[in-house]
Amino acid sequence: MPETAEYEPEPAREKPLPVNLRRDQPLVPVDTVAGRALMAVIAILTFLAALSAGAAVLAARASEQWRGAVSDEMTIQIRPDSHRGIEEDVARAVAMAQALDGIESVRAVPKAESDKLLEPWLGTGLDLVELPVPRLIVLKLRPGATPDIARFGPALRKEVPTAILDDHRLWVRRLSAMASTIIFSGFVVVLLVLTAAALAVAFATRGAMAGSRESVEVLHFVGADDDFIAREFQSRFIRLGLRGGAAGGVAAIVAIAFLGFLASFWSTAPEAEQLQALFGAFEIGWAGYAAVLLVAIVVAAIAGLVSRITVRHYLKMLA
Amino acid sequence: MVRFENVGLRYGMGPEVLKDINFSIEPRSFQYLTGPSGAGKTTLMRLILMALKPTRGLVNLFGQDVSRLDAPTLTAFRRRMGVVFQDFRLLDHLTVYENVALPLRVLGKEEASYRAEVVELLRWVGLGERMHAVPAVLSGGEKQRAAIARALIGRPELLLADEPTGNVDPGLGRRLLRLFMELQQLGTAVIIATHDLNLMDIYDAPRLVLADGHLHVDA
Ligand SMILES: Nc1ncnc2c1ncn2[C@@H]1O[C@H](COP(=O)(O)OP(=O)(O)OP(=O)(O)O)[C@@H](O)[C@H]1O
Ligand SMILES: [Mg+2]
Repeated sequence: MPETAEYEPEPAREKPLPVNLRRDQPLVPVDTVAGRALMAVIAILTFLAALSAGAAVLAARASEQWRGAVSDEMTIQIRPDSHRGIEEDVARAVAMAQALDGIESVRAVPKAESDKLLEPWLGTGLDLVELPVPRLIVLKLRPGATPDIARFGPALRKEVPTAILDDHRLWVRRLSAMASTIIFSGFVVVLLVLTAAALAVAFATRGAMAGSRESVEVLHFVGADDDFIAREFQSRFIRLGLRGGAAGGVAAIVAIAFLGFLASFWSTAPEAEQLQALFGAFEIGWAGYAAVLLVAIVVAAIAGLVSRITVRHYLKMLA
Repeated sequence: MVRFENVGLRYGMGPEVLKDINFSIEPRSFQYLTGPSGAGKTTLMRLILMALKPTRGLVNLFGQDVSRLDAPTLTAFRRRMGVVFQDFRLLDHLTVYENVALPLRVLGKEEASYRAEVVELLRWVGLGERMHAVPAVLSGGEKQRAAIARALIGRPELLLADEPTGNVDPGLGRRLLRLFMELQQLGTAVIIATHDLNLMDIYDAPRLVLADGHLHVDA
């Protein structure tokens, strides 16, 4: 108890008012342990969701690159046949291809080059001149052109029975299907993770509400309406969600950048070409980083929204 | 302003704590609510606060039957009342200043608009030096004064004070009683629940006496 002197009414204007009275405390008590645990859960979930979103963007970009690279090319393969001269067949096929509409260039891969392609499998030192090795002709399409393959294929076969036309369409289709699967899975994983985040926030909010039942009751008595109380809880969970989402998002961006760095580091190694072929340059680009950011923001928004709904539900139950 | 008609209340399956309660509180009136411990004073206050629903009978507040109030009206009614709980019910994680400012803060007012008012009231109840303390470190009497200040800050039309002088020395008790009387002069209806006979002798006012669940008025 302060001294009795204080009981007498004081002249109110004598002392200057303290400047900073309010510590801007939230009206509902903050359970730091539970709060931190929830933030960690949100950070981890955001990290996972952001990674799968990044992977989906990566797959989308890579598949675009494949399609671009693969679909503006066709190849003709000439199989060796002991009854025919392979050089003549190559020359005839090249001539026919050059006559086709929409073809920019035709190049017969020289024998030395195609032999080199086989080296990794057969080793050096083997004289491939003796071996019946198929020959390749690469047709570059003019951008946007659609040559009449349906007619050209059979015509080519008639003239050169050893020729096989490959317009890579099967490949493109398979790659697209694969890429779509990856993108779809990424999407599903993001949805699942967002659902998990929502549930975690709902449970945490319930816990917090049950823990501050007394405070909520007092707030009601001093004239707070449900809106006000819901806002108090919501702002707290949005803050938690924002912090957790930011931490998870930043971690995901760092992880993706690190993988990109590793990929570029490996690209000096011989396996690089295969890696590049599969993942593109392992660059998710701005779209990827935007997706990661979006995930983090959505997580924070969900935290706020779910806590609000949970609080309102709970307050209705109390009434 | 408050009217009870044949109100009865029981907690769960227990006996009826209040039976056939009939009384009314006029605006700007001053009365004591008294009776032995366990008579149901706090229960009666909780009925007026709409924290309890009567098991039977009619509770009428500010001219409306409380059994069919919507949420916004209920909130509006609570804003017209100030209440001092017997167990104070201060929020533990807030300072005295924040606790007292609470009724204004929940109205959505800017902190700057009520700061001076809150500080003045805190000084008046002798908590000028303690406004940054949290309830956990306050003495019982200091908590009580903080609770009273919180009830007064919104200038309520109806003040319910449950044992507001139970934890203070007689000098401060008298001073607080004067504060309540001043409040009544300014237009607030005051109900003070107490079993402190000395207090009731200081200022003579009608007494609502609870005994055996029944209420009678000693004018
Ligand atoms: N929540 C509750 N559940 C069950 N019984 C209760 C509850 N609250 C109060 N009671 C009972 O109701 C009766 C009246 O209690 P109440 O608190 O209203 O008395 P009071 O007059 O305020 O007493 P005091 O002067 O000691 O504060 C008591 O017998 C008490 O045990
Ligand atoms: Mg009581």
